[in-house]
Amino acid sequence: MEGLADLAMRFFNVFGEKVSGSRYREMITAAKNRRELIAAGLANRRDLMKMGLLTPTGMLVAMGGLSSRAFGQQTGSNQLCIPGNQAASPMTRPFVEPLPIMPVAATIPASALNPAPTVCPNTAAGEVRAACHQAPQLNARMFPLPPPRVYQMHQQAVTVRQSPDLPPQTVWGFNDGVHGTLSPGPTYAANYGVPQMTRNINALPPLNQNGGFGMPSVTTHLHNAHNPSESDGNPCDFYGIGNFCDQYYPNVLAGFTSTNPPLGDINEALSTLWYHDHRVDFTSQNTYKGLVGFYLLFNQFDTGNENTGFHLPSFPQFDIPLVFADRVYDSTTGQLAFDLFTLDGILGDKFLVNGVIQPFLQVQPRRYRFRLLDTGPSRFYEFFLTDLNNPGAKNPFWVIANDGNLLQNPVQVQSVRIGPAERVDIIIDFSQYAGRTMYLENRLLQINGQGPAPPQGFAAGQLECNTGLDANGNPVSILSDIRPAGSGDLLMQFQVSGQRVQDGSVDPATHPGFYQLPSTNAAPRVVRTFKFDRLNGQWSINGQFMDCNEFRFTVQQNSVEQWMLTNLSGDWTHPVHIHLEEHQILSRNRQPPTLAVERSRKDVSQLHPNERAQLFFRFRDWLGKYPMHCHNVVHEDHAMMALWHVQPQGDDISIP
Amino acid sequence: MSDISRRNLVRLAAFAPLASAVAGPDNRKRALTSADAVQEQARARVQQLHLPNLPLLTHEGRKVRFYDDVVKDKIVSINFFYSKCDDICPVVMPNLAKVQHLLGNQVGRKFFMYTITLKPEEDTVDVIRSYRKNLRAGPGWTFLTGTPADIEGIRKGIGFTYPDPKIDGDKTQHIGNVRYGNEPLMLWAACPGMAHAEWIAESFSWMIKPDTNRVQPDDGSRRPADAHMHDHMHDHPENQ
Repeated sequence: MEGLADLAMRFFNVFGEKVSGSRYREMITAAKNRRELIAAGLANRRDLMKMGLLTPTGMLVAMGGLSSRAFGQQTGSNQLCIPGNQAASPMTRPFVEPLPIMPVAATIPASALNPAPTVCPNTAAGEVRAACHQAPQLNARMFPLPPPRVYQMHQQAVTVRQSPDLPPQTVWGFNDGVHGTLSPGPTYAANYGVPQMTRNINALPPLNQNGGFGMPSVTTHLHNAHNPSESDGNPCDFYGIGNFCDQYYPNVLAGFTSTNPPLGDINEALSTLWYHDHRVDFTSQNTYKGLVGFYLLFNQFDTGNENTGFHLPSFPQFDIPLVFADRVYDSTTGQLAFDLFTLDGILGDKFLVNGVIQPFLQVQPRRYRFRLLDTGPSRFYEFFLTDLNNPGAKNPFWVIANDGNLLQNPVQVQSVRIGPAERVDIIIDFSQYAGRTMYLENRLLQINGQGPAPPQGFAAGQLECNTGLDANGNPVSILSDIRPAGSGDLLMQFQVSGQRVQDGSVDPATHPGFYQLPSTNAAPRVVRTFKFDRLNGQWSINGQFMDCNEFRFTVQQNSVEQWMLTNLSGDWTHPVHIHLEEHQILSRNRQPPTLAVERSRKDVSQLHPNERAQLFFRFRDWLGKYPMHCHNVVHEDHAMMALWHVQPQGDDISIP
Repeated sequence: MSDISRRNLVRLAAFAPLASAVAGPDNRKRALTSADAVQEQARARVQQLHLPNLPLLTHEGRKVRFYDDVVKDKIVSINFFYSKCDDICPVVMPNLAKVQHLLGNQVGRKFFMYTITLKPEEDTVDVIRSYRKNLRAGPGWTFLTGTPADIEGIRKGIGFTYPDPKIDGDKTQHIGNVRYGNEPLMLWAACPGMAHAEWIAESFSWMIKPDTNRVQPDDGSRRPADAHMHDHMHDHPENQ
């Protein structure tokens, strides 16, 4: 059995792969040397050759700890092993901190809101909202103002410890008035049929205290909610310090005014949503700074109680939301570092779960539901359950929801892949691992913002940094984008108790049924095509760029549309997110989705290189503006976004 | 003690641990005591990693340094071009001229625009001066040339690169984005040079006034009236 002491001796490279101590020191020295060369203005080949540091074939001379990688590849940000010209982050010991579990957000009495909420924006009091609330105007009995549950969230700075081996970090989080400021923020436990409202107040510190990145200007998006536009948290509606926005969350099923009145279509029920800042051009900085949290939506089937409904593991004890985030820390100061100067994407070499680097969780030998969320900025994960003492063993688990939407039935998998903003709910049965230590491991190889693949011009395994160590410490050559068990990123550790316990939750192996997939047979009113591309480094959709002052097309309220998403950008994978309504993937390159977990409702779909995805939509109930965008937030911030709106009369623009 | 020497002391204190920077559990000892020191240090790191102090020549033949003279303490936009570029430059450059017009007299006072040539071998001081004149660029928009090595250093520093070295070396595919930022506040972002000029101008204006409030009304039309910028209208060039 591998002890903590052994793990504490390990060093990790930018992929979180284990490397030897001497290799780690080399990496640090090489990065330092590169910084010095750049600082000295010696960033070009000729100068390096003059100094005898570079051979004519472009390889750096292996001396003094300089990297043996081709220096010519070290262009700009996030290249190869070292993100953003930064050195690898300082060493941190894994699995020494327990997993933090975000508390359930606390409500306040509606009477405590000062000023009282108003249907139309209270501009005089500092409210910044695009329009009057649609829901109370539509049906004041169903959606009263104030609603039964009211929250007040201050966005604030807070100093936290993300590892005992790093200095305190100032991040931004949410304060519900009871639990202090938290990042990730407190978890909303919402219920269908119980509308709620959040007053989001910008109480962030002034810009000259932002610690080097982050824009204290916010708009909080509730990701995947079937929400009216003015409460969606649109990127084009944002506000500075001292201002606020009342966001009304009806918690109502899609179709409640259209296809399935009066309560909506139960097969459109959502379970795992999240909230995050969406400030146009600054979303990557602000979410990296910590402005994210979970929003769980329960109903009569997904009850949060394993003795009722679908009998899914009880919330919150056995139903645990996990926020995944990869980060870089400055090698010299230990401070959280953000690459302000990348167009491609940002990869971290440290993996946080719920705000802590590589935590552990003590679990009972029974079934747990974990809700996995990839907050990016740019990393894709493929999650495996690993036993380091038996890395060859397959440890299957169950996927029950994709993007927070329960599947028709649980799907057993060896692994599951998600990209930025995607969620997957899984059930792990720890009874078979009683008394053992297991790991949630990301084995997907990704070396830059392009997505999970080697960069153009390199075969997998060709790069020095593609070489990890296997569980026995032997170097391995990597020939696919999946690394061997035990040599990926060990994200968190499960310490499974040996004490037998009762488990009232449903066994996924008994093939329980959840929701049916809504029919996609309806003919679309319009088919629209969107080409995701890169034009001279400019991220584009149909050759155009984000502009808050333009709605690119008009969807007709309560109509069916088919969208063709086409990826022409070479080697890039774009996780494309569309607000307001979910979609189903009808085909990828004319073939129905092959993955069982993709036979589901989605709000983010990965668009792979040279792929065309055909999506089915039914836009219902609410009016107003919404965006579609790449959720690699660095691409999003560089204009890979389009604004559109829903109106009673739609247009038929086929290439908006 | 003068302000400057006090500031230098703060900076020294902040960087003192550098000498003994060894990755390890002792990192906690490097905890910074003051938010100002964190801010100073972060700014120094941005400069060190991304804003090299390399020499350049302006369209007037003046010698300048990229960090000290071009970006330090300024609110700026930076993009790249070359005079014989016939793919995107004929779109981007007149677009930026429109942006300058929209920003009005803020350019040169609060906001400084910079355009750097990617082909300094061809684009001498005379060439960029004449290109700039033909574009009718106003005061506050400086064109820059220099040595190929220095310009490469700046381009890589501000991250206008491709991961694929073949594409990165092909100047016809050069990055068409415009970097915009507020150097002392470490606010940095970028937008496509081919985006609508009104939107680029609005984005630049956030660097001058970062506490802008904004909502995008939806009156049902495809191209709605300008956004309501509650406390920003008085600062808009047209209103000055």
